Amino acid sequence: MSSEIPLWEVFIRPRNGLAHRHCGSLHAADETMAIQAARDVYTRRGEGTSVWVVPSAAITASDPENKDENFEPAESKIYRHPTFYEVPDEVGHM
Amino acid sequence: MDRSEALFETLIRLADDHLILGHRMSEWCGHAPMLEEDLAMPNIGLDLIGQSRPLYTYAGEVEGKGRDEDDFAYRRIERDYRNLLLVERPNGDFGHTMLRQLYYSAFMEPFWREAKNSTDETIAGIAAKAVKEVAYHVRHSGEWVIRLGDGTEESTRRMADAVEALAPYVDEVFADDEALDAAADLGIIPSPKNLRAEWDARIDAIFAEAQLERAQTVSISGGRQGRHGEQMGFLLADLQYVQRTYPGLTW
Repeated sequence: MSSEIPLWEVFIRPRNGLAHRHCGSLHAADETMAIQAARDVYTRRGEGTSVWVVPSAAITASDPENKDENFEPAESKIYRHPTFYEVPDEVGHM
Repeated sequence: MDRSEALFETLIRLADDHLILGHRMSEWCGHAPMLEEDLAMPNIGLDLIGQSRPLYTYAGEVEGKGRDEDDFAYRRIERDYRNLLLVERPNGDFGHTMLRQLYYSAFMEPFWREAKNSTDETIAGIAAKAVKEVAYHVRHSGEWVIRLGDGTEESTRRMADAVEALAPYVDEVFADDEALDAAADLGIIPSPKNLRAEWDARIDAIFAEAQLERAQTVSISGGRQGRHGEQMGFLLADLQYVQRTYPGLTW
């Protein structure tokens, strides 16, 4: 079946003001059916107010082989995290 | 037929349509052709059964004999069910099920839309909720009918077979019926026969896209009088099994 019916990535926005988030994938013949299937599969319990579907084939992904060169250099640069500041109590939650 | 009789009979007819069609949809659970539909079809089934519940409960109140939704759903004999023959038809293949759903939902969508202005407050309330659900049922089943009708050689043939097989059961949906006519005269529900033109236009538009032809045939009716097809007994045996085997069981 997967060879005949395209795969779609599903993004759901749970509430107004939040961003759409990737929640999974599904098979559907075209974009209309994909939206319907996404509604049926991923919003059964009131999870969403808006659905996006994107053909999985349209997504360009980073190569897992390049994981080290892509992401490891950031791990040693702790100064990029603003964790060295002391926040005065009066400021409260930032 | 006085108001409460007409109201009771109307409620039972509507509730039975929804329960039986909902049960048919539930039979697909775990058997759908793809995972997405394995969720979509029971979803529709749950909507339908959910719509039947307040209808039965209200029927029990109108009747005033202390019967509740379970008494109507599980503890009647076959001849007491007043559903359309269309909704009890066996599922057949996926296309057949989608066409049956489209036929019934394309009838109920304008029905509930009009029933929102019912002279009966409870029916107006049930209609307001149901109208959103049924709009989705029409869309979902209609989209499938279009894709299967205008699909591969095999899917086109199967859809044409389904059109042929279900054609005899269409007229009954809009047929004259003493109770429904009386309820329509009282402004409780829209008259089914007044919804035929809209239904025809809707189906014609979908069939045009699906490259399907309407079938001419002899009509079969009887469901509204409790005369059901030979498959109905098997359906009720499944549906009523637990209450018949363990009467009064709750959980």
